[in-house]
Amino acid sequence: MSIAFDTEIILSSGVRLAAPLAFAALGEYVAERAGCLNISIEAMMLGAAFGSVAVASATGSATVGLLAGIAIGLVIAIVHANLSHRAEINTFVVGLVLNALVLGLTSYLIATSQFVSHQVSALSIPVLRDIPVIGKPLFVERWPAYLLLGLIPLTWWLVERSRWGLELRAVGENPAAADVTGIHVNRRRRQAMFWCGALAGLGGAYLAVGEVGSFNQNMTAGRGYIVIAAVIFGAWRLGRTLLGCALFGLADALRLALPALGVTLNSQFLAAAPYLLALLAMVLFVAKSREPRALAQPFERGAT
Amino acid sequence: MATVLSVAVAFSLSATLIIVTGFSPTSALKSIYTGSLDGGSAISSTLLYAAPLLLVAVGTCVCSRAGVFNIGQEGQVLIGALAAAWIGLRMAISGPLLLVLVLLSAAIGGGAWAGLSALMYRWRGVNIVVSTLLMTFIAAQLINFSVAMPWFLQQSRGTKLVVAPQSNQLPSSALLGSIGEYPNLQINYGLIIAIGLAVVIGVAMARTRWGFRLKIVGMSPGAAQHSGVRIARVSGLALVLSGAFAGLAGAVLLASPVGTNRLQPGMSSNIGWDGLLVALVARNRPMLCVPVAFLFGVLRSGGSFLSATGVPFYLVDVVKSLLVLALVVPPVVADFIDRRRGQRRLRVTAGSSTAALETAA
Repeated sequence: MSIAFDTEIILSSGVRLAAPLAFAALGEYVAERAGCLNISIEAMMLGAAFGSVAVASATGSATVGLLAGIAIGLVIAIVHANLSHRAEINTFVVGLVLNALVLGLTSYLIATSQFVSHQVSALSIPVLRDIPVIGKPLFVERWPAYLLLGLIPLTWWLVERSRWGLELRAVGENPAAADVTGIHVNRRRRQAMFWCGALAGLGGAYLAVGEVGSFNQNMTAGRGYIVIAAVIFGAWRLGRTLLGCALFGLADALRLALPALGVTLNSQFLAAAPYLLALLAMVLFVAKSREPRALAQPFERGAT
Repeated sequence: MATVLSVAVAFSLSATLIIVTGFSPTSALKSIYTGSLDGGSAISSTLLYAAPLLLVAVGTCVCSRAGVFNIGQEGQVLIGALAAAWIGLRMAISGPLLLVLVLLSAAIGGGAWAGLSALMYRWRGVNIVVSTLLMTFIAAQLINFSVAMPWFLQQSRGTKLVVAPQSNQLPSSALLGSIGEYPNLQINYGLIIAIGLAVVIGVAMARTRWGFRLKIVGMSPGAAQHSGVRIARVSGLALVLSGAFAGLAGAVLLASPVGTNRLQPGMSSNIGWDGLLVALVARNRPMLCVPVAFLFGVLRSGGSFLSATGVPFYLVDVVKSLLVLALVVPPVVADFIDRRRGQRRLRVTAGSSTAALETAA
């Protein structure tokens, strides 16, 4: 057991734990830039994880399962978006109820049904995988993980460079002004939620049919909330948000690996680290000044 | 009317779910009834669940009335239980004083935990929803930590080979007893406290200056400021008070026979989240929380009976969430449709009046 070997193991488990977070964080990032603090992301990930396993078992294809996961995330987003950004029911109320509903429903269904396990295939990149220490962790992955390489620049371009993204940010910063210029505020917010749902669904499905190959009760176990913490920790910037995901994934890997390595480090502290770091980032640093100014504020036309 | 319809939809959806998974809805309903309402011991267990739910809900009413959205009750419940366990196990006091201290410390603990969020908002403008949410998970880890450390609250080793991650049992003088001696039926003092506080807060919110201030801060902060209400103080205290109520609920969970009277990870078992939903369904009216908390208690204690019929316990979570949606959504949607219609009518009349002007010209 060399140090390099241990590092490699921890790194690869860290990457594997961080990837679902990263997918979902791409979605949550877009939603929060539009001013939607989306807490039903936990429901989206959990529902998608269950749906992907169920559909993969029914069709015999993990890829179809992955697509089904995206669809389920999207459906939850459509429900949430219409309830809180059309009918204007408090978004946290809707989010909490959806989280409870999906947790109850998936727990109920997994207890009453049996699924055949399916997993998407791994893809390893020749040459690069032979780099010592970082080769295996980064270049031997289940294939959907490489989708991140396309989705990260796409999300960045959408938010920072496209007209849609400009309107989205306007809606997140100053909805009243955006409304005056003719942007349909709640429609943009709903669209941001849809993007969030699809990506959170992908993240949840990747966790289930990508890495584990099966579903167990409350599989995501609060990963959605960690994603929210990552976006806050990242001060609503894409790069730092993803850095947060990597960091939290690694912290999780360390927590799981340390007992086996014989190191006693406080596991509760590591488990609480994402939330502590997110709060510290908000309290200590300039994160606050970067917060979308209308975050978590509903918009109603004509109600100043 | 719309609400009756949507509740019917919620129940029929739940029934469909039961049928699809191959069970019988009537026998599920029957077992929920047997587990929650049929006879003294079933009702006792329903009431034991209702008490902490009611406490959390009443606290939530206070801060929601002031326009503060606290969603960290689950964590505040846990911190309350932690404080209660620490005082109950470490204080060398006997007699009823210990119980009073246990309850007080839980309220202070939960209040302080919520107070941290209030301070973060006051000093650094940290969004209260975000901070209360994140603090919940920190609280959960703090509990795990406290019961994993022998010097903190982990149970004493004694002759056991393996020590479970839980605290020692609370001494009997720190436990909440039941009122009177009825065969089977137990009415725990926790419930009396909860109902008493619901009445007090309900009256205070409706009849006192403090209640009026809460309302004005919640409904129109601008008007509150102009009339000299110190908004930061009123809303901050409302948040602390809701944390204190959640903390008290934690002490009731710990000290009443609903559990094992030990501090355990996950002992809050979603009482905090559910209490929040109770307040939501009761539209932030403390008195209305009493029947709603009872209903949620029925679902909880009925659920534990459900497994006997083979239907997974989680069914009650599905029913509960659908029920909340059914009770919360219709009024808002009806209001939304009304407004849509109003706008359209406005547009039509505006259109015809300009047409009239044009013809006049």
